[in-house]
Amino acid sequence: MMKLDLSARLPWIGIVLVALALAVLPFALAGIGTTWVRITNLALLFALLALGLNIVVGFAGLLDLGYIAFYAVGAYVYALLASPQFGLHLPFWAIIPLGALVACIFGVLLGAPTLKLRGDYLAIVTLGFGEIIRIFLNNLSQPVNITNGPQGISRIDSFRLGDFDFGKSEMLFGLNFSGPIKYYYLLLLVLIVIIVVNMRLQHSRIGRAWEAIREDEVAARAMGIDTTRMKLLAFAMGASFGGIAGGIFSSMQGFISPESFVLVESIMVLAMVVLGGMGNIWGVILGALLLSFVPELLRHTIEPLQRSLFGRSIVEPEVVRMLLFGLALVLMMLYRPAGLLPSAVRRRELARKSVEP
Amino acid sequence: MDTFIQQIINGLTLGAVYAMVALGYTMVYGIIQLINFAHGEVVMIGAMVAFSVIGALLGLDSGLPPALIVLLGAAAAIPVCMAVAYAMERVAYRPLRGAPRLAPLITAIGVSIILQQLGMMIWSRNPLAFPQILENRIFHLGGATVSTVQLAIWLVAVSMMGALTLMIHRTRLGIAMRATSQNPQVAGLMGIDVNRVIAATFIIGAALAAIAGVMVGTYYGIAHYTMGSLLGLKAFCAAVLGGIGNLPGAMLGGLILGVVEALGAGYIGDFTGNWFGSNYQDVFAFIVLILVLVFRPSGLLGERVGDRT
Repeated sequence: MMKLDLSARLPWIGIVLVALALAVLPFALAGIGTTWVRITNLALLFALLALGLNIVVGFAGLLDLGYIAFYAVGAYVYALLASPQFGLHLPFWAIIPLGALVACIFGVLLGAPTLKLRGDYLAIVTLGFGEIIRIFLNNLSQPVNITNGPQGISRIDSFRLGDFDFGKSEMLFGLNFSGPIKYYYLLLLVLIVIIVVNMRLQHSRIGRAWEAIREDEVAARAMGIDTTRMKLLAFAMGASFGGIAGGIFSSMQGFISPESFVLVESIMVLAMVVLGGMGNIWGVILGALLLSFVPELLRHTIEPLQRSLFGRSIVEPEVVRMLLFGLALVLMMLYRPAGLLPSAVRRRELARKSVEP
Repeated sequence: MDTFIQQIINGLTLGAVYAMVALGYTMVYGIIQLINFAHGEVVMIGAMVAFSVIGALLGLDSGLPPALIVLLGAAAAIPVCMAVAYAMERVAYRPLRGAPRLAPLITAIGVSIILQQLGMMIWSRNPLAFPQILENRIFHLGGATVSTVQLAIWLVAVSMMGALTLMIHRTRLGIAMRATSQNPQVAGLMGIDVNRVIAATFIIGAALAAIAGVMVGTYYGIAHYTMGSLLGLKAFCAAVLGGIGNLPGAMLGGLILGVVEALGAGYIGDFTGNWFGSNYQDVFAFIVLILVLVFRPSGLLGERVGDRT
């Protein structure tokens, strides 16, 4: 009797332990250095982004190579409405949904003409869209200064609820809550909400429709699924998640410039989704955490290692990071196409076929 | 009117380069329906290798005529690019034949990143000054000017495209390529080694890309490890504009895109009351791409509507 009870409770014990670990984590990290709290925050933010992209790439099977553009839209909407740029300081709970909405509208505008076509056109058009957004952000400083060009926008407001300011340190319950630690809890909360939304979505009517489209679009259409509308929905949803993440990024950093929204970032988010396992929520989160932390660890090990071996730094950590991304994308597709934690359906789908084309 | 003619001349020069690169995209797409994302990087490698060879020859003080030095640079770039393209096909694409479409597209992105980083490690993080040694005489056409470099680019592009067309239509390899693009299985049954034909397609595209790289280098006098990505994207837009998989389409698409870009950059300021300037030049290719996809997805010369999934 006792034994059975324990095994039934075991998952709950696990969840409680994980929750405790996550709750204590920022203070432990702050002990090493606040930088690590910031790095963790960025990792969580990338997990948010990767989950958004996972809806588009993993669930619906649409390759979006300009995903960072929606992130940029969200970030700039927040920055423009809550900074000295226009002297506007709207509250965050008003702007974040607005940013999501604007990103969503961009997603629909972009998706509507291209989603009717086959997938690889979408890849190129989204890639082009990402570039267009960046070109506009870089150049919309003349003749009317909207985005402040390459200098970017600084002194962006942090989130504020009454007197509770996410940007400031304060003592609560005898603990020192610094700005990054507050953002850590906020990001964790948002991440949990997004995970739940994703899980509910995946097993809903919509999620099953996406899966059907991904597997065989013609068959899905024959089953009565409005494929164009469903694909557009996936695209718009992914875009709005990107917009939300962008808004949080903007307030957390306090400064944004077009530099943060280059093509490489889109590819990095894609690499996270692919590495972890397209369509698997936990896999995608694992991918995001791996690709966020491993380069940071490399940064702290490769430099000293090279110095002790060759007496100088030969390959910069940044280059190593990019080479690893590239290699990860190629090797994953060749040897483990379904990712580190593959979703059940993907595993079946991506199993090597023996038939030559 | 003079600026108009001048922009058309500049546009045709740029367009000739786009066309050369677009041919590589369209041939590969025509045969295995893959967008070879790393093709732009092959252009970059071509320009970089030529840069090194030309620099070395100049350093030797060999007294060779400048035109010969540039030719030698191109002659060195072509085999290197061919080798890169062959390796890429062999390692990253061939094992994925028959896999879902997303897979080779993702490896292509990976290969493109790797090539870029290698280019940066081997050459430089900073833009390199490509030696402009060709005698650049300028001819006047009314108020507009044409330079010898532009004439050389046109001449090389036209002869390359002519040679390619002949090859596709007259040689055994060309016939095998056309057969494979129509139906790989049946082509295989007819005794065509499909894998070899596909590798040959990549290699021919890479040779054109190497020449395009040398052209860009000599025309703009600059080479940079990221030069391939935007160029590649625009060339892909050109290929779609002409009808992807269609060789004359890629040539036409390249020329049209070059002219549209040049005219757009030249006149956007006047048309929008200087709201937008020539720094928006890069946007036109994508606008053209989106318009084509909305109104004529099969492109100008393509027959098939691309909706096979």
